[in-house]
This record gives sequence, C-alpha cells and structure tokens, in this order.
Amino acid sequence: MKYMLLICSEGPFTADPAEMDPQPWIDMAGSRRLTGDRLRDAEDATTVRVRGGATLTTDGPYVETKEQICGFDVIDVADLDEAIEIASKHPMAAYGMIEVRPFWNG
Amino acid sequence: MKEAVGAAWSEEWGRVVAAVIASTGDWDLAEECAQDAFERALETWPRDGVPRRPGAWLTTTARNRALDRLRRAANESAKLREAARLDPAGPAAAAGSAEAQAVAAAEAAEGDAVPDDRLRLIFTCCHPALPLPAQVALTLRSLTGLTTAEIARAFLVPERTMAQRLTRAKAKIRHAGIPFRVPPRELLPERTAAVLAVLYLLFNAGYAPGAAGPDQRRVTAEAIRMTRLLTRLLPDEPEAAGLLALMLLHEARAAARTDAAGDLVPLEEQDRTRWDRQGIAEGVTVLEVALARRRPGPYQIQAAIAALHAQAAGPQDTDWPQIALLYAELARLAPGPVVELNRAVAVAMAHGPQQGLALVDALDAAGELPGYHLLPATRADLLRRLGRTEEAADAYRRALELAPTEAERRFLRRRLERTAGTQR
Repeated sequence: MKYMLLICSEGPFTADPAEMDPQPWIDMAGSRRLTGDRLRDAEDATTVRVRGGATLTTDGPYVETKEQICGFDVIDVADLDEAIEIASKHPMAAYGMIEVRPFWNG
Repeated sequence: MKEAVGAAWSEEWGRVVAAVIASTGDWDLAEECAQDAFERALETWPRDGVPRRPGAWLTTTARNRALDRLRRAANESAKLREAARLDPAGPAAAAGSAEAQAVAAAEAAEGDAVPDDRLRLIFTCCHPALPLPAQVALTLRSLTGLTTAEIARAFLVPERTMAQRLTRAKAKIRHAGIPFRVPPRELLPERTAAVLAVLYLLFNAGYAPGAAGPDQRRVTAEAIRMTRLLTRLLPDEPEAAGLLALMLLHEARAAARTDAAGDLVPLEEQDRTRWDRQGIAEGVTVLEVALARRRPGPYQIQAAIAALHAQAAGPQDTDWPQIALLYAELARLAPGPVVELNRAVAVAMAHGPQQGLALVDALDAAGELPGYHLLPATRADLLRRLGRTEEAADAYRRALELAPTEAERRFLRRRLERTAGTQR
C-alpha cells in the first residue's frame, strides 16, 4: 500500500543539524520510499482557486496556522504498521509530527 | 435448542467473525455471514441435532457462505480468479449445498484444532490508529455478537451514532491498511496494554457507580468473558491474568456495593456475607498463577490489593500496611494522582490519619486533581478521624459541590450530617 507521509512542524524549533539530516532515514527506508522532498516555507506558497471561470491567485498557504507542512515522502509498504514504523523513525517525528495518509487507490 | 444456539452465540460469535475476516478480509461480510450461520443453526440443529463441535460447524457454514457470496459477486463482475484464490478447496467445492459442505468440513476438522483467529481480531479492534470509542464499540460488536442497538444503549448514545462509529472504524481499517494480525514481538507489549485498557473500560461500563443497568451489566459480563479468553490466547502475559483476577475480585463484591436504594455502600460498611466466595477464590487463584511468573504490572498489583480487601474478614482485619506498600509499587509503575490519593487512604489506615493527610495535602498543594470530589472527600474523612470536625465539615461541603452524581451527593450529605452532629 502507498502512503503519503506529511512531514509537519509545529512552528519554529531548534535542533542539531546533524540530527535533522534525513539521509540515514532515506537509506533505512530504501526502496520502500518512492519519492519525497523538503518543501519551501509556507510564506513561499501560492494558493490558486478558480471561481466563475476566473483564476484567483493569492499569496500564502490555503490555511494560516502555526503548523506547517515542511516536507513529504511517498512510501510503498505492506500495511499501516510498517508505515507507522517508518514514520516514527523520521527525524522530524521527534520535533514536529508526521501525518500518515493512505493513497486513494492503494 | 434455542438455548444451545444462544449459548453458541455468546461463545462462538467472535470465532466465526474472525475466521471469515481471516479468509476474506471483509468485516461487513463477516458479520452478515456469522448472522446467517446462526440463523441456519436455528433451522437445522432442531432437525439434525447439535453438532459435536458447534463452533466448527458455525465457522465453516459462515465461511462457505462468504465464499459463495464472493464467488457469485465475482461471477457477476468477472473477477473469478479472485474468488478461486480465496477458496482453499478449489472450484470443485462449489458444487453441493453449503450445508453439506459445512457438515463435511466440520467433520473433517473434528480431529484438528480449528484455527482460532480471535486474537488477531482483538488486536485489530484495539489498534491505536482507531479512536478509543471506536475500539470499544468494534471489540464488542465483532467479538461478542452484541448488536449495534445493544451497544448503543450500554453507552447511552443514539443507535445511529453507534452505527456510524462502527462503519467509520471498519472503513478506516480498510482504507488505512490496518493489518489483521497479532502484532510482532517488538510491538506486543504496548499493543497488549491497549487491548487490556479497552477490556477494563468495558468492564467498568457496568461497574461504575450508578451506571449499572442491564445493558451495562451485560457489557461487564462480556468483558470478563473476553478477558478470560485472552488469558488462554496469551498464556505468557501475566498482566492479562492480572486483569482477569481484578475483574473477578471486583465482580465478586458487586452485590454488596449498592444498597436497596441504589446508593453506593463504601467497602468498610459492606455486608461481607453477600460477597461471592467462589468468585473471590477464583480471582485469588488466577492472581497467584500470574504473580508466580514474577513479571508484575499495574493490573496484577491492583488485583493483589483487591484480593487483600476480599480476603479480610472485616475492615479491621484488612492488611493495610501491605496495601499501602502495594499502592507505593503501583505509583512507581503507573504514576498518577488518583493512585497517589488511594495510597494516602491506605497509609492513613496503616499508619494513622496524620500521615495520610500529609499526602493528601501535598496533592492538593500541587494542584493535582482539580475538581475531583474524592480529594476533598478523602481529606474530610481524615480530618474527621483526627477530630478536626470544623475543617472536616468544610471539606465535605467542598466535596458536595464537586460530586458528579446524586448518589454520591447523598452519601456525602450523610457524612456531613454525622460530622456536623458531633460538632454540636
């Protein structure tokens, strides 16, 4: 099953850069991780809506909160327990949180 | 015959549901086919007699019915290969009536152990990715055969709400890929703790003061039955046995816990001749076997405390120093202000109210348990015993303001009157 891991922060935090290096985690996940990346801050986001045929473009995220999605990973694993295990080892799990979302089409 | 089917319902429902989920992965189909199998039992058992192994008969009937239905659906949607993969006997077994197959397979399974998938079912129902109310509801629905309406009544929510809760939980299991399995060794301790917590919560549904209608009592009985089953399925887990012992020891005192008016009778005032001696003996035996494994945990310790109360001939014969020690151990393993409050009571009984009061005042000063009526109520009892009646009366009044049920308020009012009486 495929899951999207939404890597979230609860606001600014300080951490040892060595601890935040995702590479060991990426190596651990191996071929189970299909893709992923860090995202630019929400202040660099652009939100797009089409209403009545007109495209409305606004600066910033679609909802303003202290919490931010700061990265994502797509993994392909046997079940939720394996997804939880991988998510729990992500460096951001200890500082922010990881939302595990199953893919619609498995 | 109705009784035979009824008994099988309580004993075998969970096994039947678990078996169908194990072979099809479909929770709704499992419930429907379990229901069908029991209805068929009502038709055929009076005619043919109760099978030698009712559980195997019901399981096979339900499983065959599920495979039949999947096969028919597969034929319709031309997904025949899926059904063939699910059917261990192959397409040839599709011939002949489901009943004949059920009987044949049940007879064939006579010598072998019927695979018991209930442990997988319990762990899946209590998966931490499900919200706790859903874990509780799903455990009852899948393992005991209580209907959605009965579960709704027991938890005082509208049936529609309970139905949605169950549907939502099953959808999450399907969509999120929650595995139908016993967790691997490294996850087992925390996942077992989650299962035990759900079972204890179910037990308390019919045990909490003022909450024990017939629907809640039934949930309590099912909780004991499921915990008993769990001790057989997880024989190496002393905490499962500890929880069973705790339930049995509490339940043995149930009849003496309330008076004719439905009011709570405190332990020291209970008529001990109304305690169920056989239940206490069983609880103590289960506990002793668990403790012999030398891996203590919070449930075993709570059961040990309950056992000391249950075995005392009267309040004055209670081994309070030992109970105070057990509470200290419980506070170490499972720290929390409620445990600390109970420890204070035991310390007061063992070593005098002054020492107990010091512990209660420390809790109060730390701002623990704000709004919890048993804190001022306990304080009041200790002050009364120290002869500080004015302060005691004040504390009873504070407890009265906080007490959540009328039964508890009545109890506190009586205490207050008695204290105020000695004041004058």
